[in-house]
This record gives sequence, structure tokens and C-alpha cells, in this order.
Amino acid sequence: MRRILRRYARLLAVQMRTSFTLAVQYRFDFFVEGLLAVIWLAITLVPLAVVFARRPSVAGWSYPEALVVVGLFSMLKAVLDGGVMPSLNHVVDGVRKGTLDFILLKPADAQFLVSTARFEPWRILDFLGSVGIVLFAFHRLHRWPGALDVCGGLFLFAVALMLLYSLWILVVSLSFRVVKVDNLSYLFVSIFDAGRWPIHVFKGALRVAFTVVFPLALMTTYPAQALLGTLTLAHALYAGAGGLLFTALARFIWQQSLRSYTSASS
Amino acid sequence: MKRGWLGEAGRDARRLLRAYPSLLRVGMADMLAYRAEFLVWILSMNLPLVMMALWTAVAADGPVGRFGQRDFVAYYLGMLIVRILSGSWLVWELTMEIRRGILATRLLRPIHPLWAFSATQLAAVPMRVVVLSPLVVVLYWVAGARLPVHDPARLAILAASLVGAWLLLFLVMALIGMLAAYVESALSVFDLWLAAQSILSGFLVPLELMPAWVARLARMLPFRYILGFPVETLIGLESNATALRDLGVQWLFIASALLATIVLWRRALRRFAAFGG
Repeated sequence: MRRILRRYARLLAVQMRTSFTLAVQYRFDFFVEGLLAVIWLAITLVPLAVVFARRPSVAGWSYPEALVVVGLFSMLKAVLDGGVMPSLNHVVDGVRKGTLDFILLKPADAQFLVSTARFEPWRILDFLGSVGIVLFAFHRLHRWPGALDVCGGLFLFAVALMLLYSLWILVVSLSFRVVKVDNLSYLFVSIFDAGRWPIHVFKGALRVAFTVVFPLALMTTYPAQALLGTLTLAHALYAGAGGLLFTALARFIWQQSLRSYTSASS
Repeated sequence: MKRGWLGEAGRDARRLLRAYPSLLRVGMADMLAYRAEFLVWILSMNLPLVMMALWTAVAADGPVGRFGQRDFVAYYLGMLIVRILSGSWLVWELTMEIRRGILATRLLRPIHPLWAFSATQLAAVPMRVVVLSPLVVVLYWVAGARLPVHDPARLAILAASLVGAWLLLFLVMALIGMLAAYVESALSVFDLWLAAQSILSGFLVPLELMPAWVARLARMLPFRYILGFPVETLIGLESNATALRDLGVQWLFIASALLATIVLWRRALRRFAAFGG
């Protein structure tokens, strides 16, 4: 077991080094992309600012509290853009061109290999900026989360990362059936975008969908509530269980899809 | 000499008129072939619905400005409809074709590539109208009194503004797409455009709820004339006189974009020849 773990750790290091080398090659892109990310982040804050200029609180959330949700959302988005999306776009390309076969032939777990194929290291800057938003929000709140709240928040953020990754694996599994998936990733991101708002903004079917089907609530609202100290233990446990269930489901569906995959080249 | 030039132009026009219906038919067949992608694209236009949910929650305890809950629903439904109707993907197609050199094969054909592109993009519109019709019914149910059903003047302005919105976005995409002949990151430029557009067109937030100086600025920039202006005309936020004046501004933007496109196209093509061959 330990040998296997060490082997995969070494593999991960190799994959990361490759990505880093690639990233350094395209320095100008690096700069442009970074700038664009900052601009988009600023723009997404505009509706928030406009709304809270009119009302002191919306659906029970004050401005700094909603800002915590936004910060957590952008942290997740940075992880998605930097660590998840590039690799999995790479797979989708592989499915279309038939080069996925080369990955499947390698003597290591295919899901691991495709999930670590590409990283965009500069997204770390976005991530740090987002952490800055969360810190700024708490500064505005004039109170800081206790140790227990931080633990809860970190736990739920880990769950959120798992959920994000699982959802994405599900999308990629779909790409085995529906070949042209560029639009699918676009759709995923567009739905994910709703996660920047506290779940309580949404009513009825939309709220249920964002809690159970596409669990945005678990990804941004719950961790924020944990940090703010307003989440009940039951909800936290439910989120954890839900996260595990989703991950297991994603792994299962990935394996099923892989079994039905018949290369593009043959 | 002059006659020859005129004759040539006439022949070109006739040829275009003959070919255009076929081009449209091919484009429609293409749309049908990729219907799953089309559906996914429609579904990914959900941002106005999220904003609608947000603003109706905000307006639950009293209207914001002159916007009550129903107004927000009408506004964002209208936004969704206009966004889908006026959408193009020319900038992605053009940058891709320039980068890979595929544009060269289009240049060999006896029809100007921009006409051919416009046919592909226009062919997508009828299917969008079909998909959008239920939304129009919902809009009528929510805000029937505001729609220009009994006001032929406003209906005419609305129709012209929708055509204008489509045309303006198409030309902007052509302009930015042609930058691909000069720089590698033309798509990043378009990203910047989209970023500015989402704020300054009223896409995220109705412009009249923005700070006054932003709303004033937006009236002087092209973004609003692609989305916000048709929506405001549709749900009757503007008087007919103001709408007519804005329509003039919109077509002024179109005229200048057209001029810029014609000039840049020639120069970019020269550049492209150096690039590809």
C-alpha cells in the first residue's frame, strides 16, 4: 500500500513538472489570463455591490456574509480552472482524437492519470486573491471565526473540492457518449456560476436542484455558514455524507463509461 | 470603364442572391445535425434566470427603483430572449479558421467569406425562435400589458432593434476575430469585450439600477445596443421617442462597425496571406 502511494506521489510530481514547464513556455498567456481572471472577479462583484447598495440584507444574508460565500466560490473556481478543468479538457480532446488510448495503456490508474494530466499553476494567484476576499469579509464583519468554525469550514471546503471534482468526472464520463463536449463544459461552468450566491436566494425547485442534484449549496453556502458559525452539526454531517456518496457515484460511473469506451481510432 | 465595374458589381450581387438561400439551407441542416449541442448551448444561457431569482428575492419586500418582482421577471426573460436571438459564434469560427489557415479555402470561393459566415450564423436563428416561443408565452403571461402588442410603432422599433443587435454583435465579432491575423490572443480580446458587455449592456443588472454615471456611460458605448436597448424596448421601459433616438444611435454604431470591418478585412487579408502561405 505504501509503495503504491509513493509511486503515485512520484507520478503526480512528474505530471506537475510537465505542466509547469508548459506553463512557463506560454508566459504571455499567463499574464493575459491572470489579468482576465482579476477583471472577471471584479465584474462578478458588481451585482453584489448593486444589490447591497439597495438593501442591508438579502434572504437573511448581510453584505459581508454574502462576501464570504463569494470568496469561497472564487476559491473553488480557481481550483476548478487551475487543477480540474485543464486536465479534463485534455481527456475530452483525447476521446475525440483517439489519443486517450495512450493513457489507458499506461500501467497506472486511468482516472488518476487523466485527472493530473494538466495544471495551470498561475491560478494559485486567483486562489490567494479569493482567500483575500474571505479575509476582507471577516474584517468587515468585525469578528473572526473560532477554531472550531475554521475546522468545520476547512472540512466542508474539502468536501466541496471532492464534489466539484466528482461532478466534473461525471461530465467527462458523458463525453464518452456525446462526443462534442466543449459546450458541455461551458454549461457546467455556467451552472456552477450560480454558486456565488447564498442558496437562500433561490426558491422552490431551484433550491432543491442546487442542493441535491447539482450540490452548489454544499459547495459554497455550507462552508461559508460553517465559517460564520451558523451551520448546524447535522447539516455538516449531511454535507460530508453527501460528498462521499457523490464521489463514490462518480468513480463508479467513470468506470462504467470507460468499459463502454471504444476508441475513436478503431 | 465605369460600366465594367458596375456590371461586375451587379454580377456579384446576382450571384450572391442566387447562392444565399442555399447557404442558409446548408446552415440549417448543420444546426439540425448538431441539435444536442444547440440544446446544451441554450441551457448554458441560464445566467439571466439566476439574476432573476436574485432580484426577485431582493424585491420581495418592496420594489427596487421602479422595478417590482414582476418587472424583474419580465426584464430577465426579455434579456434571455434577446441574448439567445442575437448570439453568434463568429469570433470563435473566424479565429480558428485564420489560425489554421482554413480561411484560405473560403477565399477561393466566388462569395465573400463574411457573407458566407453571415448565412451560417443567420441559419441558426429560426430554430432559436422555435425554442424561445414558450418563453415568449411566459413573458406575455407575466407582463402582457407591457409588451408592444397593440403599438405598431414600438413593434417596428423593436424589430429594427433586434436586427440591429444581431448585426452589431456580428460585426464586432468579425472585427475582433480578424485581429487573429495580427495577434495570437484575439479570443482574450473578445473575453475583455464580454466582460465589459456583461456590465455595460444591462446583462447582469438593469442599467437604470446602476449608479447614474455608469448608466450615462453605457448610453455612449456600443454594449447597451446589443442587449439592454432591445430588452428595454420590448418591456416598455422607454418611451417611443427615446427608443427611436436610441435606434438611431444603434444604427450609427452599426454603420461605423461596418466601415471598420470593410477596411480591416482588406488589411487583415493581406496580412493573412503572409501568415498562411
